[in-house]
Amino acid sequence: MEKISVKVCLGTTCFVMGGSNLQELNDIIPRKYGDKVEVMGSNCLGLCSINWEYSRAPYVKVDEEIVHEATVEKVLAVIDKKLGN
Amino acid sequence: MSNLGQAIHIKKEILIRIIKAFLSEDFEKQARLIPYVMRPKGMEVPYRCCVYKERAIIKDRTIAGLGFPIEEDDETVSLADYAREALEREEISDKNLTVLQAACKGCATNRIYVTDLCQGCVARPCVNSCKFGAISIVNGKSVIDDSKCKKCKMCVNACPYNAIVKVTVPCEDSCPVGAIKKDETGFASIDYEKCINCGKCTAACPFGAVHERSQIVDILKAMKSDKRVIALVAPSIVGQFPGTIYQLKTAMINSGFDDVFEVAQGADITANNEAKEFMERIEEGQDFMTTSCCAGYNQLIKKHLSEIQPFVSDTKTPMYYTAEIAKQHYPDAKIVFVSPCVAKRAEGFENENVDYVMNYEELGALFVAKKIQITELEETPFIVESSKQARIFGYSGGVAESVTMSLPDEELVKPCIINGLNKESIKTLKKYAATGKCEGGCNLVEVMCCEGGCIGGNATLNTQRIAKKAIDNLANNSQDIPKVE
Ligand code: SF4
Ligand code: SF4
Ligand code: FES
Repeated sequence: MEKISVKVCLGTTCFVMGGSNLQELNDIIPRKYGDKVEVMGSNCLGLCSINWEYSRAPYVKVDEEIVHEATVEKVLAVIDKKLGN
Repeated sequence: MSNLGQAIHIKKEILIRIIKAFLSEDFEKQARLIPYVMRPKGMEVPYRCCVYKERAIIKDRTIAGLGFPIEEDDETVSLADYAREALEREEISDKNLTVLQAACKGCATNRIYVTDLCQGCVARPCVNSCKFGAISIVNGKSVIDDSKCKKCKMCVNACPYNAIVKVTVPCEDSCPVGAIKKDETGFASIDYEKCINCGKCTAACPFGAVHERSQIVDILKAMKSDKRVIALVAPSIVGQFPGTIYQLKTAMINSGFDDVFEVAQGADITANNEAKEFMERIEEGQDFMTTSCCAGYNQLIKKHLSEIQPFVSDTKTPMYYTAEIAKQHYPDAKIVFVSPCVAKRAEGFENENVDYVMNYEELGALFVAKKIQITELEETPFIVESSKQARIFGYSGGVAESVTMSLPDEELVKPCIINGLNKESIKTLKKYAATGKCEGGCNLVEVMCCEGGCIGGNATLNTQRIAKKAIDNLANNSQDIPKVE
């Protein structure tokens, strides 16, 4: 099975709007899912500069799915759904 | 950092919109429109009863962002008027906080409350536990007479069914000095005679009702004028943004500052002076000395704890020394202190070399509004590189460590740390002042108003754990502090 890829945006907008918290995912994801899910930090995903979209930052990309106003819980829920848990 | 995600998110969004409005062609109009753009017609209402109520709340929050007190708003003044007034004002206020009282309605008053879990048991331990005769049994259930209740919680502890609860008001509960109260009208208000600007209520209120009165418009105005604007960044800024502090310096210059100083530069002076003073005091036979660099602690001493003054170091704060240096370099410039907390607004107001204070949230909002991506920038060095120890001033234990490492004989120090001011730790300090002694032979007391130190300040952007890691990373690549003679 393909690994699920989680990209946590660490661009300035996402970081300021609450993304700093999401760095906790670096520890939580490997512990919870082992090597089924790969998590990495990313430069600006380019979503924040579209119009007023910064107001929905921070962003996380789980494969192609965009999680806006992301929180640790929201991201884990999306991963769980994908894994069919 | 506060965990009140949503409220904080809205506050930041408003700051960004205020900055964008200022930078636009028509500040007044764009400011007036903020509530309408954020809650457009037909939008599903995320939190409150209707879109009108939401807009009213956003308007109130914007008033604070423009630097005015929400309490005095009479609803006839539009945000355009506030924006204009902000542009025209020359002075800033020393009242740094304002409460969005409309939010307090949803917050229950402080009381002891019998829940439905009450079984009306025969033993009646609650009735017996109450020393004030406030509890009686009505229709087989226990009832509390609020006029007699002294909120001592004896009944709460006595009930075997956990049926009695204490309902607390989060802001009141968090305030170490009883400065914020929800009064009979049901609205919280702050007594500025008592308030030490610790910012704990801003972080505690679940509605995000307590706002800092922002000076962002004043700072933007200064940037637009022909004056230079110089930023002083507190040591705790490391880890609050992506990238290195050298990239952060570039980002700040790109966003409108003319130069940036590390306040750690002043922290080096503070640590050295405090070490010298410490040696003198111990030689003179004093049992202990407390540090003096935390703005919240200094406010506490001034307003509530004057008896500890003889034990407090006379050394000035890192802000003081850094502002002095900056002023020497740039005598005509406007000096902006960049802060993790509201307490340093009070300190900045009292310091003649500091013109404005902006917090990390506001600096972040400035970056977002100006679309600055820090990690993509070049690094700009600081003229003076600070020491390893000065760079850890921002977390609890760092100041004591710097003073210790400044001493020729490190064994002289037995440090202890007041990690956060609250009712308990204030009692401890009172005891130290009264007896002239600390527990366990400690002779250097580091006092931090915020738990965890400055990285726990109310306007920080990162979790303490990750912020501390970033600070250590930088510190471990810095040279040791020079020793004093
Ligand atoms: S915690 Fe205090 S400020 Fe916040 S809503 Fe309740 S009473 Fe108002
Ligand atoms: S800032 Fe601190 S001292 Fe002032 S009202 Fe809030 S909790 Fe109390
Ligand atoms: S900073 Fe995250 S999308 Fe741009």
